[in-house]
Amino acid sequence: MTAHCSTGTVLEPPLAILAELTHRCPLRCAYCSNPLQLDPASRELDTATWCRVLDQAADMGVIQVHFSGGEPTARKDLETLVAHATGAGLYVNLITSAVLLDRARLERLRNAGLQHVQIGFQDTVADKAELISGFPGGHPKKLEVARDVTDLGLALTVNAIVQRHNIDRVDDFIDLALGLRAGRIEIANVQYYGWALKNRGALMPTHEQLIRMDERVRARLPELKGRLVVDYVVPDYYGKRPKACMGGWGRKFLNINPSGAVLPCHAAETIPGLTFDRVTERPLADIWANSAAFQRYRGTDWMPARCRSCDQKEVDWGGCRCQAMALTGNADNADPVCDLSEHHGLLAGITSADGGTAEVPFTYRSFSL
Amino acid sequence: MTAPQEMSVGEDDRVRLAPGVMLRQDRVRNHWQLLGPERVLILDEVALEVVRATTGQPPVTVAEAIDALAAQFDAPRTEIAADVREVLADMIAKGFLTR
Ligand code: SF4
Ligand code: SF4
Repeated sequence: MTAHCSTGTVLEPPLAILAELTHRCPLRCAYCSNPLQLDPASRELDTATWCRVLDQAADMGVIQVHFSGGEPTARKDLETLVAHATGAGLYVNLITSAVLLDRARLERLRNAGLQHVQIGFQDTVADKAELISGFPGGHPKKLEVARDVTDLGLALTVNAIVQRHNIDRVDDFIDLALGLRAGRIEIANVQYYGWALKNRGALMPTHEQLIRMDERVRARLPELKGRLVVDYVVPDYYGKRPKACMGGWGRKFLNINPSGAVLPCHAAETIPGLTFDRVTERPLADIWANSAAFQRYRGTDWMPARCRSCDQKEVDWGGCRCQAMALTGNADNADPVCDLSEHHGLLAGITSADGGTAEVPFTYRSFSL
Repeated sequence: MTAPQEMSVGEDDRVRLAPGVMLRQDRVRNHWQLLGPERVLILDEVALEVVRATTGQPPVTVAEAIDALAAQFDAPRTEIAADVREVLADMIAKGFLTR
């Protein structure tokens, strides 16, 4: 199938899809990027629908699937979905908090074809981690499951979710990953969407903290080469140029939420006025090529004049739409992280108001709000 | 670019795909690739033959893989050996292969 995006180049199929199987989750992380309005269990896609969608994804050229959530292991049919995705030729990743897993289930998932397990760690110290996740006993459980993952021959990623309370322990996170024999660490500074945006004033680190962390990570990279792959999401609130969010809107990835809406990124629902097609109503390839939400910000035609005449426009694709929305109130603007944007001054206001080291009470993620 | 010393491979070594790495033919994009966590490495013909020769079953040493490739392509062993070691060092550095 060939489709064209607004720049006139041929539209490639997505490389990977994020399948948010459920919004249910035993944790209540203050930094959760899930929307404030969570999908209830009754609206989740059933097994047969997910299997059909996985087949469609493989047929259109998707290479990897990430089963995510919420907590994907809360779905009893996860083994079936992993086996189905593997049978369709997809590489299967599991993004999990690990607290519902045990060795027997991991073994069943491995036998179904699972290749890679990414476990989120809220801190390297149990009580501090559990303060963020609101889940007592979570940290030792994660350590136990992580050991089982590598024991069973699966690839392990330690996802270190970094914010003001743990950012000074980035070295400990790296040591944790090495100790667990992880092949990869993702050092992910909290991105302020969903619940995290609500808690920005309790999470955002200072500029000095970020600079210290950056120096520590860079100092360790040479020794880690060939031992631990380091993927490092540099926080951009203090930056001068935006990141190409998701590799550009509708260019490399798509996201399917628990009730089957197909999103260009997991925070896209924060943009008012976008309508999302559902896998229950249209084939996935048709949604990728033609859905209004994907076409809206694909390519460069939508861009404000400054971006359109900028030589970075096909590098950063104007940055993150959801961040432009959250900070400037209009997703049609360039990402205000860009210092060429007339809204760039907003960042200084936010970082001086919310950046800090103080203990501010969290608003925990919950279904009831 | 030369790989750092610790990434270089000896002929007595055996290599294998790292955990979570698989070799896959991409029929839509028409190439072979190594897939790993969040990563795709597109293989050219040389890299594909090296991966096949060194990570197949039953396990072989790098030396045995070089011998087999030299015979298969009817090429001088020293040339093949240099290619193989370069490809392997690069893939080990990137975490796709381990010893
Ligand atoms: S961030 Fe925390 S609360 Fe949100 S889905 Fe992940 S584990 Fe659950
Ligand atoms: S002006 Fe637009 S395209 Fe240029 S760097 Fe800034 S955000 Fe990117």
